[in-house]
Amino acid sequence: MGLLTGLKKSLTQLFSGGPKQRRIGIYGPPNAGKTTLANRISRDWTGDAVGPESHVPHETRRARRKENVEIKRNGKSVTIDVVDTPGVTTKVDYAEFMEHDMEKDDAVRRSREATEGVAEAMHWLREDIDGVIYVLDSADDPFTQVNTMLIGIIESRDIPVLIFANKTDLEEASIKRIENAFPQHETVPLSALHGDNMDEVYDKIAAYFG
Amino acid sequence: MAKANSNTDMDGEDRDDADGVQIDLISGERMDDLASMEKVRTILDGVHDGNIVILEEGLSPEEESKLIEVTMSEINPEEFTGIEIETYPRSDAGSGLLGRLMGKQESAKLTVIGPADRIQTLHKDETLISALITRR
Repeated sequence: MGLLTGLKKSLTQLFSGGPKQRRIGIYGPPNAGKTTLANRISRDWTGDAVGPESHVPHETRRARRKENVEIKRNGKSVTIDVVDTPGVTTKVDYAEFMEHDMEKDDAVRRSREATEGVAEAMHWLREDIDGVIYVLDSADDPFTQVNTMLIGIIESRDIPVLIFANKTDLEEASIKRIENAFPQHETVPLSALHGDNMDEVYDKIAAYFG
Repeated sequence: MAKANSNTDMDGEDRDDADGVQIDLISGERMDDLASMEKVRTILDGVHDGNIVILEEGLSPEEESKLIEVTMSEINPEEFTGIEIETYPRSDAGSGLLGRLMGKQESAKLTVIGPADRIQTLHKDETLISALITRR
């Protein structure tokens, strides 16, 4: 966590009379496993899911918030709101949805909703997010423009960020590639789908956002 | 296949793009005089016309955020599928705590932006962006 971020957090706590319940946004490109992670965290600590998961890109087209997720670590408890956001991109082509056996009308509707969802995710980042979990698919190239831009936007706003290298269960997964892409941030490997390494995930969430 | 399209260049002159792709190289000096939304508008107006826009000094993170948001609001399934954007990877130099405390921005980098259906990045590293540009 950066010095400026730490200072801001301490001053906020000092003047508000205690730690504020923080909204933690789960960001990343489409199909990185953001909703799978949000559901895993939410189910582990509240018993409820946040939203439906799918291999079709842009399944999440509205930001969804799960409030009062209390994470208990090492005798302490941290309560956060988890905000699952639509995958961020600079382009949406309805033809891509038709490759997933979707009729044209459905694909067009989904693409319209997806664009609204991306704009909504950007708006949340600008106005209402106190911390970011940036989720990447470990099997994909992390050196994309969208990743570079989003991490730059998050850094410019001094929002604390953790990089989660998801899908470590895949054969092509490379955690090192993600660490090399964003060496200025801590990278936590996990498989949200299988629940691998979730202890470290919760330790880091409590340490960064508590 | 190339399609004849009426288009407007940066000086407001109409032209026909049947024979090629227009590339607008915009200097840092020209962009410095514009407000954030004017920069976004300049870029997207060019991209809507099918042009490739190259910015000498790129955009700030805040402006990039606005560019994504406005691009999403303008996507039209039949006509405009969004943008492709590439910048050299950011260097850590100048973006440290001291630089930010002094209000110093990291040195801006050349940025290439085009319609998503016309530009495809072939290769990118810290010193080279290689892109394939197709005609409509």
